[in-house]
Order: sequence, then structure tokens, then C-alpha cells
Amino acid sequence: MSEFLYLYRGGDSSGTPEQMQKHMQKWVDWLKDLGTKGHLKDQGNPLEPTGKVVKGRKAISDGPFAEAKDMIGGYTLVEAKDIAQAADLSAGCPIFDTGGFVEVRPIMKM
Amino acid sequence: MEPGDHLFRREAGRMVAALTRLFGVHNLDLAEDVVQDAFCRALEVWKLRGVPENPSAWLMATAKNRALDILRRERTARRYAPELGRLLESEWTLSPVVNEAFGAPAIRDDQLRMMFSCCHPQLPEVAQVALILHILCGFGVSEVAAAFLTRTAAMEKRVARGKKVLASSTRLFDLAEERELPRRLSAVQRALYLLFNEGYHGAHAQLAVRAELCREAMHLCDLLQEHPLSATPESYALAALMCLDAARLPARVDASGNLSSLYDQDRSLWDAALIAKGDELLDRSATGTRVSEYHIEAAIASVHARARTAESTHWDAIVGLYDTLLAIRPSPIVALNRAIAVAQLDGPARGLEEIAAIADRARLADYPFYFAALGELELRSGRRESAHEHFLSARSLARNPMERRFFQQRASACVA
Repeated sequence: MSEFLYLYRGGDSSGTPEQMQKHMQKWVDWLKDLGTKGHLKDQGNPLEPTGKVVKGRKAISDGPFAEAKDMIGGYTLVEAKDIAQAADLSAGCPIFDTGGFVEVRPIMKM
Repeated sequence: MEPGDHLFRREAGRMVAALTRLFGVHNLDLAEDVVQDAFCRALEVWKLRGVPENPSAWLMATAKNRALDILRRERTARRYAPELGRLLESEWTLSPVVNEAFGAPAIRDDQLRMMFSCCHPQLPEVAQVALILHILCGFGVSEVAAAFLTRTAAMEKRVARGKKVLASSTRLFDLAEERELPRRLSAVQRALYLLFNEGYHGAHAQLAVRAELCREAMHLCDLLQEHPLSATPESYALAALMCLDAARLPARVDASGNLSSLYDQDRSLWDAALIAKGDELLDRSATGTRVSEYHIEAAIASVHARARTAESTHWDAIVGLYDTLLAIRPSPIVALNRAIAVAQLDGPARGLEEIAAIADRARLADYPFYFAALGELELRSGRRESAHEHFLSARSLARNPMERRFFQQRASACVA
């Protein structure tokens, strides 16, 4: 098994309260399913949309880091046989319902 | 943990009520923005980290902190709730005031005040109901439109106009201070009654949607009972009526998904606990001197609830109650229901006479159950052909596939 990082990018999940709750539930169910199948290494964290960009000691600026449609909103660490399987597993991610996408990056091995 | 069904929707109504108290009704948009922010945050965090132990408290704390930020940052730029005035200006009083506004008792009162505010006399009843669903029950405008089978654009206009009327006053309706309380309370009761009926008799094809509307109406009716000034005999009668009618919901559709009339329902499916609660509420409503339409309708539902079969129903009591109801609120539909009860008591010929005698019968011309009633009574009189015609008329007026199927079955039964 190898490890992969899912970076969740973009996606607008605003809607009516009912829609948002349903969308949230889809995520919870999807991650639970990954866990049950033994692919979840670390469910990860959501990221605040603001922060600082540091380019050299004096060049510190407030974001944006990327355009809103590509902004990283969170990450999850998964385990899979290979990159193909890791990519396959991400296909069930509810982020696609809201116009976002998943970037799947292999963790380099020692 | 798993969040309860419709948690977001329910909390939306509670948060908006608390926020509007702080910001003032004229800042309703701002309150709605804060609620939306809180849900966005909840969604982002919970989707990866899981739902917290107490999701409701989490949402409330998030909205509260955001409210504090806004009140601090825009202290001078905006006018907030005038009755709080200086309390929001000083850091010493700001936090306690905001904390209090987010406490459970304050939120309950503010939901009630919001409900009364939504029933503004400048708004037509349909708009009042739409506003209540949108603001207090957290339905998106598209969801309100879907529940009422209206186009979203039309509903957007209606809700926007309603909000404008709300925002024209700066504070929420105050039950303790307004001389207008009795009149406004009866508007609120009427709106909840309409909301319940939309669920119970409405045209929406999906029973789940309709049951949901009934539940929302019952939930809001509970709020009325929790405040001494709104817990009047009429409010209890209204709550009783809702419980007794809702008790029959599980039997309204049979095992094959077909609509089942009161006469054919499997009465063992009726919700005994709701019937008991309804009867208890009806007892509590029996004080004071005024008998409202809710008292009578609840009493009718209670007579039905007590009958083991359609035949053993006390139809004489029901006819008498309909007589009273007609005197309080005359309407062709009430007269039609009375005629049906008369037919149960004295036979179909008498029922048909009563229907023919309904003064403004023309207003029933697009009501499918009018023709269905004619069909039933003609069928019982042995005039199959005429009955068949009436059921076909009912079918052509059906408002959803389930009704259409029901009338079709009745029509087929005439020619079998």
C-alpha cells in the first residue's frame, strides 16, 4: 500500500439549509465508506480560506493563494494500491456535485 | 454523531430569530447572511472532521461569534435593534446582551415574535405562510415554491415583498406590548392552519413533502402553547386539530401506494399517541366563552378518531358539529362535508339533496372531491352510469397522479 494526499480544490457548497445538510452528509458517508474499506489514513482537515503568502522574508502578503475555483479547501490522507486506485477512489467524492475537484498526489517514499 | 433530520433547517429559524433581535428586523438580510456563513463553516469543518457532539450548540456559537464581530466592527456604521440601543455600544454590555439573545428562552420568544411579525396585516395570507416557512422553518425560496407548486420566480417576488414589509419596521412584534395582539394572534393561528392544511389536503404529489409541512405547522403551534400570551383556548384547539388529523396520516396511503379515503382506511394504522395528545389538548381548549372553528374541527376529528369503523361513527354528532362550523365560517367545502355526513346518517338521497342545496355550489366547480362526493352518492343510489361520469369529472380535475389514480379506480368500480 502507498499513501496519497487528496487536495480538495474549489467548489461552491452554498445552498438552502436542507441542501447543505444533505451535501455535508454525503461527505460524512463517503469518508466513512473509505474508512470501512481501509483506505483512510487520516481524515485530514479543512483549511481557512485566508492566511498569508510568504515569498522571501520581507515579501509577506495576505492571499489569495489561487483563484477561488482552484483554492484548496482541505485535505485527506488515504492509502491505496497505486495512483490509479487512489484516483478511482476519489471519484465518489461529493466535491464534484459543487463544481470542485480533487487533486491526488502520491506521498514520496523514504 | 449523526445530525437529526432537518437540523440545519430548524437551526436556521432559531439563529435568524436571535440575530434579528440583535440586528433589528430592518437588517434581516444581514441576519440571513450570518446564518448562511455559519452553515458554510459547519459544512467545511464537519464534512472532514465529523459532526460534533452538540451540533446545535456549535452552530449557535459560530453565529454568535460572527454577530459579535459584526456588532463590534460596524458599531457606528449601521443602526441595529433600537430597543437594545446603547447596550450594544459598550463592550461591558455587548457580550452579556449577545449571550442572552442566544439563550434558549430568548430564542423561543424571538421565534414567536418573528412568527407574529410575519403575519403582518399588509400581507396576504399566502405570503404570510410563505414567509413563515422561509424565515422560521428554514425552507429555501425554491423549496417553498415547490411545496406550494408555484414557480420559483413568483415565490421569490412574494418572499421579497414580504421581507420588505417586515423590514419597514425596525423591531419584532412584541406580544406583551401590542394592543393588536388578539387580532395578530388570530392571523398567526390562521397561517399555521393553512400551512397544516397545505400539507394535509394539498396538491403536492409527494406525501413526504406534505407530512413535512404538517410537522412544521405542529412544531410552530407548540411554540404558541409555550408562551402565556399566545396559549389561548384557540391555540390549544388548533394544536388538538393538528394532532387528531395528523394521527390519520399513516393510513392515508395503502400498501400499494394508493390514496385511501376515510371510509376505507385501515384504522389500526392511526397514531394512538397523537390521538391521545389531541384529545388532551381538546380538553385544555375547553375554557373561555368563545367557540372557534378550530374547536369544532378538532371535535369532528375527535369523533372520527373514536370510531372503530366508518359505519359506527357518530354521524349525528358530526352533522351537528358541521352545522355549528357553517355558522362560524360558512364555506361551500364545509357545506359539502356536512352533506357527506348527512348521507352517512340518512342515506345517499338526503346527501344529494343537501349538496344540491349548497348556495355557492358554483365555487366547487374545480374541486375534484366535489365530483367524487357526487359520484359516491350516485353509486350508492345504484345509478352507476351517472356515478361513472362524476368520477371521470373528478379525474379530470385531479391535482396529482395519486389523486388521478384514486378517481380512476372509483370510476372503474362503477362499470365493473
